[in-house]
Amino acid sequence: MPFQFLNIYVHSLFLIFYMKFGVIIFPGSNCDKDLIHVLKDVMGQEVHELWHKDSDISQFTTEDCIMLPGGFSFGDYLRTGAIARFSPIMESVIDFANRGGKVWGICNGFQILCEAGLLPGVLLRNNGQQFICKNLYIKPNTTNSAITNTLSLDRALKIPIAHAEGRFFADEKAMAEIVANDQILFKYCDENGQVSDASNPNGSLLNIAGICNKNRNVFGMMPHPERCTEDILGNTDGRGLFESLIKAEILVNG
Amino acid sequence: MIYLAEIDIMPLRELLDPQGKAVENGLSKMNLSSIKTVRIGKHITLKLEASSETEAKAKVEEACNKLLVNRIMENFVYKISQVQE
Repeated sequence: MPFQFLNIYVHSLFLIFYMKFGVIIFPGSNCDKDLIHVLKDVMGQEVHELWHKDSDISQFTTEDCIMLPGGFSFGDYLRTGAIARFSPIMESVIDFANRGGKVWGICNGFQILCEAGLLPGVLLRNNGQQFICKNLYIKPNTTNSAITNTLSLDRALKIPIAHAEGRFFADEKAMAEIVANDQILFKYCDENGQVSDASNPNGSLLNIAGICNKNRNVFGMMPHPERCTEDILGNTDGRGLFESLIKAEILVNG
Repeated sequence: MIYLAEIDIMPLRELLDPQGKAVENGLSKMNLSSIKTVRIGKHITLKLEASSETEAKAKVEEACNKLLVNRIMENFVYKISQVQE
């Protein structure tokens, strides 16, 4: 892949182009190790583990990215993400996001970001009531975001989901804003990229699988790109999102 | 003074409640098909100390709005009463 070459090339010449990632671990997070492995070993980036009780994230600048992994933080008690949102580190994350720092939540991370008010809407129980764990397809809906900027709008990506609460909902006014501001990052679709009710696994409004905030520096998505970045796993469709993010940083600062 | 707050949280009327639907189907299979609608929410009780009922209510509402209830998806009502320790 030409970009990969560029990435390694640039990194070997200018260490400054390494992107720094922080991965927050909440009690009950269970995708943190996968995410750290992908960022560090597959993408070759600098990664720091952050415990949810440590509120000091001053080692990160707004060029860096804080990630919230999947899992069942605090056992999903009360509502998914509701209690994690009050972990000490979250005040710092909210401040970091408000200063323009990049924050990306996957699955439970997305739910926490919604509860924290960093993203609009909420993730409700799947309309079929069941936990769904399977590969399905999503289509990038815009290239105007750091995690989608190198993706093709015409190609459906095969990415697994694993959730019981993934039905994206926001009230009419919030939905109108999300659409008007081009905040939908991914929609559930079929293998050919057709977005329809049949390809909607959980009843999300407009087949939404991922969104960003109005300022386009906070991202949330239910599918798990960190579970499909290596050939050995038989699927590398998730890799493009990480490459987009790191490349966006190089283009901005390079 | 010690107050007991009994809070009922329900999913917004316009939202699909899959848990309620599943229970509805279950009931209809046991000759209880006259039960038309089931919706499931949460019941939370809190004991709190406050100098007056007004203060107790303010605290309960703050707890609901900040953590116990997500107003995008739920509504709540509550009752409050003074209790012995």
